[in-house]
Amino acid sequence: MEEKDKDKQKKSRREFLKKSLIAGVGVVTGSKLIAAYIDKSRLESGEKVKALTTHGEIIEVDKAHIHTPRVSIKESHKGIPGRKFVMVIDLAKCKNARKCVESCQKGHFLPKSQEFMKVYLLQDSEKSAPYWFPKPCFHCDNPLCVSVCPVGATYKRSDGIVLIDNERCIGCKFCMTGCPYSTRVFAWKKYPEFEGDKQPYSPEASSPGKEGTVSKCDFCPDLVRIGKLPYCAQNCPMGVIYFGDIDEDSVTNGAETLRFSELIRDRAGYRYLETLGTRPSVYYLPPVERQFPVDKGFNGLDKNVKNRYENTPYSKTHKL
Amino acid sequence: MENKTIRDNLLKEVAPHLERTTPAALAWILFLLSIIGLGIFAFITQVTKGHIVTGMRDNVVWGIYIVNFIFFMGMSYAGAIISGTLQLFRTEWRKPIIRLAEYLAIISLLIGPGYILLCIGRLDRLYYLALFGRIQSPITWDVIAISTDIFGCLIFLYLSTLRDIANLRDFKELNLPRWRKKIYSILALGYEGTPEQEKRLKRATDIMAAMVIAIAIIVYSVLAWIFSVTLQPGWHSTIFGPYFVIAAIYSGTGVLIIAMWVFRKVYHLQQYITRKHFVAMGVLMVVLAALFGYFTFSDYLTKWYGSEKNDESLIKILFSQYYWPFIFSNYIGVLIPLIVVGIPKLRSITSITISALIVIVALWFNRYLIVIPTLESPYLPIQDSRPEWLNYSATWVEYSLTAAGVALFCLLYTLASKFIPVMNVSEMADVPGTDKTEGPFLTEESLL
Repeated sequence: MEEKDKDKQKKSRREFLKKSLIAGVGVVTGSKLIAAYIDKSRLESGEKVKALTTHGEIIEVDKAHIHTPRVSIKESHKGIPGRKFVMVIDLAKCKNARKCVESCQKGHFLPKSQEFMKVYLLQDSEKSAPYWFPKPCFHCDNPLCVSVCPVGATYKRSDGIVLIDNERCIGCKFCMTGCPYSTRVFAWKKYPEFEGDKQPYSPEASSPGKEGTVSKCDFCPDLVRIGKLPYCAQNCPMGVIYFGDIDEDSVTNGAETLRFSELIRDRAGYRYLETLGTRPSVYYLPPVERQFPVDKGFNGLDKNVKNRYENTPYSKTHKL
Repeated sequence: MENKTIRDNLLKEVAPHLERTTPAALAWILFLLSIIGLGIFAFITQVTKGHIVTGMRDNVVWGIYIVNFIFFMGMSYAGAIISGTLQLFRTEWRKPIIRLAEYLAIISLLIGPGYILLCIGRLDRLYYLALFGRIQSPITWDVIAISTDIFGCLIFLYLSTLRDIANLRDFKELNLPRWRKKIYSILALGYEGTPEQEKRLKRATDIMAAMVIAIAIIVYSVLAWIFSVTLQPGWHSTIFGPYFVIAAIYSGTGVLIIAMWVFRKVYHLQQYITRKHFVAMGVLMVVLAALFGYFTFSDYLTKWYGSEKNDESLIKILFSQYYWPFIFSNYIGVLIPLIVVGIPKLRSITSITISALIVIVALWFNRYLIVIPTLESPYLPIQDSRPEWLNYSATWVEYSLTAAGVALFCLLYTLASKFIPVMNVSEMADVPGTDKTEGPFLTEESLL
């Protein structure tokens, strides 16, 4: 009898521990846990967490496999309330490590032939210095791509982000000719990589991609919603890319958080091709007092990638 | 007010083309159908495999499809403007050739929009244009404009063929199957040629003639604005609207001269379509050549002289990579008609037709040079992209569909000529002086 009681006590204590663990998970990943997805296609982090399924079972899953659901297409038109996003790219620190390009491709399930982020090797004039120039979508406040879209498939949100609804896009490519920054990409065929994403489609994730439609850098609002930085900013080893809120007046690259207005003032931040009147949400810090010589950017590059810089002014005076 | 004997003689002349199809014509039609078949195969390939089978890529997102679109639409507007103007001015020499211009207007208008559809990645969502159409987008303007134009041109064509349809219905000697006659009698809408009917028809035709001119100018300007509203260095030009309209009429004049030459030869109309008509059209072509040359010159001059960085790089590409097409389309294509038709001694049916052919090809290249080099020289240089994506070159799919469009154009022209005479028989039979509104504007004497 006594033994039985002890056993019961033991059991209930184990039960209690279990429950607290679930509660703990709840605390760690936030209150949205109930509506989280398990996506086993993502790489394992090795860290296991317990989760409650819809059937009431407690299961153990890899932490990387859990993520919050994407917002619906309708919801994606609204924008995150009270926010106005801005990106600052520090050209002094970029050495074409291409982690922004690769992580973005991976995060958005893009094929190798599609990039939302590109890194240019610009040289403004013959005598001026060449520099690496990462180029996302500028999320203009006066976006020509949005103006010319015949079906409203691309839209500007209250938080400043310009998104594309790939369920609406008819693929006329007018926005691609409208964008003066060559930001947009077209799905010329059904890429197998698109199928890597098992979650339902959301314009906030720009994924899974759809054949015959246009897509582009989306400022990763799906990550921003759960308090993360866009893939490019997260993964840049040099901390080149700062992301933040212009109304909050703060931007961060993950390692340091800075006051946006001070950064722009002290480092003479500017917007690319300001004369076009598109009013971009992306600011650049000029490549002064650089941390790396430009040719460092060619280190460790794949031959195919290196070839993409064959037509640059730099390649005419230097050996790649 | 028709001269019955003239009319009946004319009808007898054109009747064989309506009554039977010669083996040669049949072979021609089969040949055209086989090219169209190839085009259909190319289209199926593009739909099933995706746009990857074309030469278009992320930089040059519009290729020769859009060039063909501009080209065919231009021909259509030319047909509309030429036939509308000749109709309104009661130009005497219009009569044997105005029908050809009207055919040109409607046939190329049916083919042109097909090419913009080929540029669309998701044809299955085409109805979104109606469902979610945004009036702010120039594409929506184009959809509205082109559909208005199709209706306008169809009504104009119908009105101006009505008398001939009634004639065919009444022409007893016509040896046609009963169903064909039935169609004529339905389409004739009970037109009997009473003075009241004649008056109303004339008025309606005049109204539509004026309207198609206006619509054509608006529609082609809208088409030009699709390019010039963007910020692309080669497109962002204020003169694109009028420039495109002039280029359109210019190319269409050339096509009309070719059509005159072909039908004159094939249907033995030497008696009706004479050197006079070729010279008259040739003079029109010279005027347009001068205007086209002027617009081209001022567009490129301002780009070159100010030498803004991006304009400069565009001009550089045009004069290096695209040197011969540029010289051909913008120099030879302007100078040949100026010389050939401008010097009276050189004017002959053959020389005018050859220069018309040169004009057509030159104008196609002119549109190519407007679309493709611009997309190849954007604000941000094309970098960090696949090397094979730098330059555009069309694939067999695009060439096949281009050929199919031309074949369809020829086929529809052939079929139309087998249904309604290629000459406006009833107008040609009109007794001169009976129509009070007739008056000289461009007389033969002033031209020859």
